[in-house]
Amino acid sequence: MSDVVLSIKDLHKSFDGNLILDGINLDVKQGEVIVIVGPSGCGKSTLLRTIKGLETYEIGSISTTDPKAQVGMVFQNYELFPHLKVIDNIILAPMKVNGTPKSEAKEKALEFLDRVGLKDKANSYPRQLSGGQKQRVAIVRALIMNPEIMLFDEVTAALDPEMVREVLDVMLGLAKQGKTMLIVTHEMQFAKAIADRVLFLDGGKIVEENTPDEFFTKPKTKRAKKFLNVFEFDAIR
Amino acid sequence: MPDLGLDVLFKGSNFLRLLEGLSEAAKISLIAIAISIPVGLLVGVLMTSKNIILKVLFRVYLETIRIMPQLVLLFIVFFGTTKTLGWKLDGETASIIVFSLWGVAEMGDLVRGSLVSIPKHQYESSKALGLSKNQTFLYVIIPQTVRRMIPLSINLITRMIKTTSLVLMIGVVEVLKVAQQIIEANRMSSPNAAFGVFLMVFLLYFVLCFVISSIAGMLEKRWS
Amino acid sequence: MNWEFIHKYWPLYEKAAILTVRIGLLGILAAALIGVIAAFIRYRKIPVLNKIVAFYIEISRNTPLLVQLFFIYYGLPKVGIKLDAEVCGIVGLAFLGGSYMAESIRSGLESVDKIQHESAISLGLSNRQAFTYVIFPQAISTSIPGIIANVIFLLKETSVFSAISVMDLMFTAKDLIGLYYRTTESLFMLVVFYLMILLPVCILGSIVERRVRYAGFGT
Repeated sequence: MSDVVLSIKDLHKSFDGNLILDGINLDVKQGEVIVIVGPSGCGKSTLLRTIKGLETYEIGSISTTDPKAQVGMVFQNYELFPHLKVIDNIILAPMKVNGTPKSEAKEKALEFLDRVGLKDKANSYPRQLSGGQKQRVAIVRALIMNPEIMLFDEVTAALDPEMVREVLDVMLGLAKQGKTMLIVTHEMQFAKAIADRVLFLDGGKIVEENTPDEFFTKPKTKRAKKFLNVFEFDAIR
Repeated sequence: MPDLGLDVLFKGSNFLRLLEGLSEAAKISLIAIAISIPVGLLVGVLMTSKNIILKVLFRVYLETIRIMPQLVLLFIVFFGTTKTLGWKLDGETASIIVFSLWGVAEMGDLVRGSLVSIPKHQYESSKALGLSKNQTFLYVIIPQTVRRMIPLSINLITRMIKTTSLVLMIGVVEVLKVAQQIIEANRMSSPNAAFGVFLMVFLLYFVLCFVISSIAGMLEKRWS
Repeated sequence: MNWEFIHKYWPLYEKAAILTVRIGLLGILAAALIGVIAAFIRYRKIPVLNKIVAFYIEISRNTPLLVQLFFIYYGLPKVGIKLDAEVCGIVGLAFLGGSYMAESIRSGLESVDKIQHESAISLGLSNRQAFTYVIFPQAISTSIPGIIANVIFLLKETSVFSAISVMDLMFTAKDLIGLYYRTTESLFMLVVFYLMILLPVCILGSIVERRVRYAGFGT
């Protein structure tokens, strides 16, 4: 299994006496796109945060095959730095972490911005952008560090509906390029389109693991069926 | 153990005299507060009216009081008005005048600030419920205003108490003056009295203000 | 109003004003430095130091500057710490102002969402880099109105220095009133000089406050 880039074994995490992650086992392969769904409070965001190292855990292990592998993360509320222009948001980490010279970092940043259609916003401040634009900048900011794995934590949940598409398109583009991604989302159609594998989390456990086609048409478990039903309505007339 | 001049504090009625000095300071601020609260309330409510002249007048008054150091105001009232108006004013009265002018300005602004900070929809929803204007004021607006205001007014009281230390400079016999007198009187017997006595004044002010501001802090936490 | 008198003693006030401003600025700078350090300690909740700083803040905020100065100027020499009046003024102002600055800066630091720190860490920045480049700049911009209010407050507080015989504006005014009974003129110059010092800072403060409140970054 040389193509496994991230391996999670028997991961347990509790907070205030509540078990939030209850024995997660997961191997992520190079270039794989995994979508994690589940009811709110099921632990899916915590899983991503724990992988990123923002949360501690008690039992188990998280390891990347390449110990120096970068993990990038994009948050629900973008978390751009409001005091920095778009371009400075993007080049901060390359300059301070990797020591890349400013001109070189800038050039690369503009190239990345161009790819998501935001080159003309380089000198804007975050507050001058729409939500969708902010989220695309946040993705670029994470990508420029050339991460092995990208984590997306409900990145469209805070967006107005008409802006969801532009962000999802960027992510679809990344999937096509073969980026390894873990995505927590409520966009079921999008999940179906982008996922190689769907994980259904409930009560801190992976309850079901399936292909997207199978999961969304005939889920194996009762709980997943119930969860998916929430998104459908029977006609009342 | 070096002589820290602490023994002076326990000689005769020295400690009691210090407390009396402190109570003089407290008296000035209490009288000023007693004047500031009702007048400040009135001024604050008037400020929310739409009368431009009133608003401008109050603004000028508030900013004038705010920009000048309190000691300058004390000097103006104590030295200045006695000269120009020809009346005789003792330091204590001058202090009460200055502290009241200051207190009314700050209280007025607090009241105005908390009245305008009540969101408009509070008035609208009260109206929608059928409450009259007076009922709205009595049952909805005032309770909310008071909660916002009380911790802030207590802060104003501690600021005033701290500022009373300045009245020494216009000849009022308060705690610092008493301290100086005690140190002077015991110059021969305990040459280091300045350390112990001023330390005690420091602690007295601290205890007084700390207790009051802790109450304000508790109320703020409880009502926020 | 006797303009001749004013003309004659104007330079005396000028000298006193320069002294007031000099002590004020040095004290405020020191206060800002103490404030940043103390705020950082409180924000990070560094054990032991956090308790000490909290204690210092309570002591400093709950005692009048004049009482602090009397203790420093008249009390401390008795235990061998002798400072001249000007230095006392600077030390007193720094001791008082440090706590006010600390509280303003700390509330700025706390207004920055914790996830901003996480987001910086996620990009690979170290804790220190996240603080320096992400948290602190945002915190300072929200603290600035508070900091300017503190500067005004501290400049006003300098008026008590005359009590420890610093020859500042108050000292000069009181001296002239006592010597020549020229009360109106002496007080007039006193007010004019304080206005010259304080008005610019007040105006700057209201401009900055408006900018921070209504605009923020990028407008």
